[in-house]
Amino acid sequence: MSAGAPVRHLYVHLPFCASRCGYCDFVTVVGRGGQHRAYVDALLAELSLERGVLAPRLESVFLGGGTPTFTTPAELRRLLGALPPAEEVTVEANPETVTPGVGALLRDGGVTRVSLGAQSFQPRLLSMLERGAGPDDVRRAVYALRDVGFDNISLDLVYGIPSQSAADLDADLSEALALEPEHLSCYELEAKRGTRFTHAHGAELARQAEAMESYFERVVARVTGAGFRWYETANFCRLPQLADGRDLRSRHNLAYWRSRDYLGLGIGAVSTIHGRRWRTTPRLGAYLAALAAGERPPREVEELSAPVRRSERVLLGLRLDEPLALEPGLERAVDWSAVERLERLGLVESGRSTDGTLALTTHGRFLGGGVTAELLA
Amino acid sequence: MLVVDAAQGIEAQTVANAYLAIENDLEIVPVVNKIDLPQADPDASAAEIADLVGDTAEHVLRISAKTGDGVAEVLDAIIERIPPPSGDTAAPSRALVFDSSYDQYRGVVAFVRMVDGSFHAREPLRAMAQGTRFEAEEVGFFSPTMSAAKELGAGEVGYVITGLKDVSRLRVGDTLTSERRPADEPLPGYKDVKPMVFAGLFPTDSDDYPELRDALEKLKLNDASLFYEPETSQALGFGFRCGFLGLLHMEIVRERLEREFDLDLLVTAPNVAYLVVTKAGEELEVHNPSEMPREVERIEEPYIKASIIVPKDFVGPVMELNTERRGRFDHMEYLSEERVLLLYELPLGEIVLDYYDQLKSRTKGYASFDYDLVGFREGKLERVDVLIAGEPVDALSLIVHREGAYARGRQLVDRLREEIPRQFFDVPVQAAIGSRVIARETIKAKRKDVLAKCYGGDITRKRKLLEQQKKGKKRMKQVGSVEVPQEAFLAVLNLDGGKK
Repeated sequence: MSAGAPVRHLYVHLPFCASRCGYCDFVTVVGRGGQHRAYVDALLAELSLERGVLAPRLESVFLGGGTPTFTTPAELRRLLGALPPAEEVTVEANPETVTPGVGALLRDGGVTRVSLGAQSFQPRLLSMLERGAGPDDVRRAVYALRDVGFDNISLDLVYGIPSQSAADLDADLSEALALEPEHLSCYELEAKRGTRFTHAHGAELARQAEAMESYFERVVARVTGAGFRWYETANFCRLPQLADGRDLRSRHNLAYWRSRDYLGLGIGAVSTIHGRRWRTTPRLGAYLAALAAGERPPREVEELSAPVRRSERVLLGLRLDEPLALEPGLERAVDWSAVERLERLGLVESGRSTDGTLALTTHGRFLGGGVTAELLA
Repeated sequence: MLVVDAAQGIEAQTVANAYLAIENDLEIVPVVNKIDLPQADPDASAAEIADLVGDTAEHVLRISAKTGDGVAEVLDAIIERIPPPSGDTAAPSRALVFDSSYDQYRGVVAFVRMVDGSFHAREPLRAMAQGTRFEAEEVGFFSPTMSAAKELGAGEVGYVITGLKDVSRLRVGDTLTSERRPADEPLPGYKDVKPMVFAGLFPTDSDDYPELRDALEKLKLNDASLFYEPETSQALGFGFRCGFLGLLHMEIVRERLEREFDLDLLVTAPNVAYLVVTKAGEELEVHNPSEMPREVERIEEPYIKASIIVPKDFVGPVMELNTERRGRFDHMEYLSEERVLLLYELPLGEIVLDYYDQLKSRTKGYASFDYDLVGFREGKLERVDVLIAGEPVDALSLIVHREGAYARGRQLVDRLREEIPRQFFDVPVQAAIGSRVIARETIKAKRKDVLAKCYGGDITRKRKLLEQQKKGKKRMKQVGSVEVPQEAFLAVLNLDGGKK
């Protein structure tokens, strides 16, 4: 297992939430305050079992959830203190959980970046999403983080919420930009199967699909117009010239899109290392029991063949605004006659015979899913 | 014997059959059946049928085949009223093959009507048209199961077991004669009937093409009127263009192919046979709209005489329907106080699609309908082509009357716009007569097609989604640069789809 290059990216899953949002399909555990300690114990036990594959110093650590900041402060502090050092340490947070005290705790724990799940600034839309925070919570959280010295804050926004008008969307974007975040993630609301949200609003969402078709373009136009780089399908960061020359892309997420290896710890977490991908059991009880016994928790393993790895390299790489370098062998993952067709339609730019790259045009990026499906061999 | 349901009264088929019998100078024994039913009205039915055949109501037999009531009188009437068969028992033997079946052990069994002379078991026989020779292994009667006899004599109906192992060597309509004293002339046999209704039959799974071919071959053996030839469609792949006598025939063939041969079929919207004179003076018979020449002097289409029987309250809606279908009113007659017979001349092309469904739905199911071909007449017909992104689609061409062209073109274009998924670019869908576009819709280009979230835990799912999408594309048919799902063609073409 440790035969390949050391892994430089670590994901840690903290599943605890105050309540479950209707549209969420992540692995979450509501409440269970009593188990936070046992869970952090298990995470640290799992970390020590896998430590061998990790580089001594990491490029990135990402604490995702759930609501990482809902974890009891003492346990969160203990966890942060035990993680290997990294250049970028991101924590996801729900605005209502970010108090000055939590901000200081994160800062002291070596966190460099906070990703706030703002979603919307309109109470009506937030309640549709069953979010606990109000618009003021988002502002308060940003100020609290700035006060303790955070200079890399990302906001998550969701668009395409039932009944959200184009004017509502513009207002949300204005509110978000007014807080001057370094980074923005804008996701179209997906009606994921089996969620409470889809049950309640799926039909309405389908009816509005046509009216909301232009929202993606609207988001990109507005955010790039405000001095942001559209560096990945759903992600924007402030341009370096407006940020003292800093590259504010998420280093951790870039690692996924560049097909780097990563280790995931915690329930439901996915790892991809040396051609294997595995997902740890999403069942809290099984996870805790295995690690308490000093064993690896149950996993679902997927071997990634060379062609599959190449396909993934293409489909992930084309999400970025930087051209995909056609490393040796990668050409085989691409249907070049499809590329030719797509080039004629102005969706793809092939530098196959020049600089050895493949990229989507701006127009192509809006259709990235379908275009990628077509150009994969 | 003309049998009428006492609960239904006479129907269009009754009228058609009665006229056919009268034209051929046949004796008619009118019978009203099902008199045991609580809702039966034997007096009214008897009056209608008597009126139809020019008899008195008292002369109409009233029976219940179920209870046996009156059946003895029917048998007596057959004996008393129907003249004995004419035929010469001493002449060289001739028998008409009116049907046949195949027995795994005994080969082809010919169902025959002995016209002259007689056949015996072990007699060497010959089919006069085909020249096939065989020895009658057994002759006999239907009573109603086959029962062997020594002899089949003139005027009798029975069977001949031929021992032939190849069904194609004995055709229905042929005349059997004895090799010992052969007849000079065969019987007139059956009129060669030409198929008038045509449709494309395509296997839903293209791998089933050989099975479909074999099945059609087998059906053709005892159905001389079934016509088929291979057809290749850009949209639907390999199949057959089949010709049928009419709609009922088409339905029967389709049913048999699906039931007896277990085939899953796509049947395209039917069209009729057209007689075409080109500008160059060439005469053609066209069975497929996509083969209709663009430069034509004139087109003739088959016409029918339709008999429709409806309760009098529905005369209005039926007349309206017939006018919509370019019908010419011919004659109306009250069969009783309540029921009316309407005679119309209609282009066959106007009834092949959904006429019968319309008739039923506009008369709450009360109308009965029958038709006879009356010949070809010139019509102001146009070939309408459908173009997707400028490319004509062969399977979607159709021939319609000039006045209906716009409506049909619009309908097709609207349907396709619903069925064809949006592409990366705007796709115009047009209906055109020659170079003149009569309807147009645009399938707007997709504006977004992305999966918003793709992080470490989403990659496998995302990859599988794209693989799925890729697989879906493989099932698409390429029309120029546009990918059209097979389902879109099915929705537009399928007969059942057209009824929606």
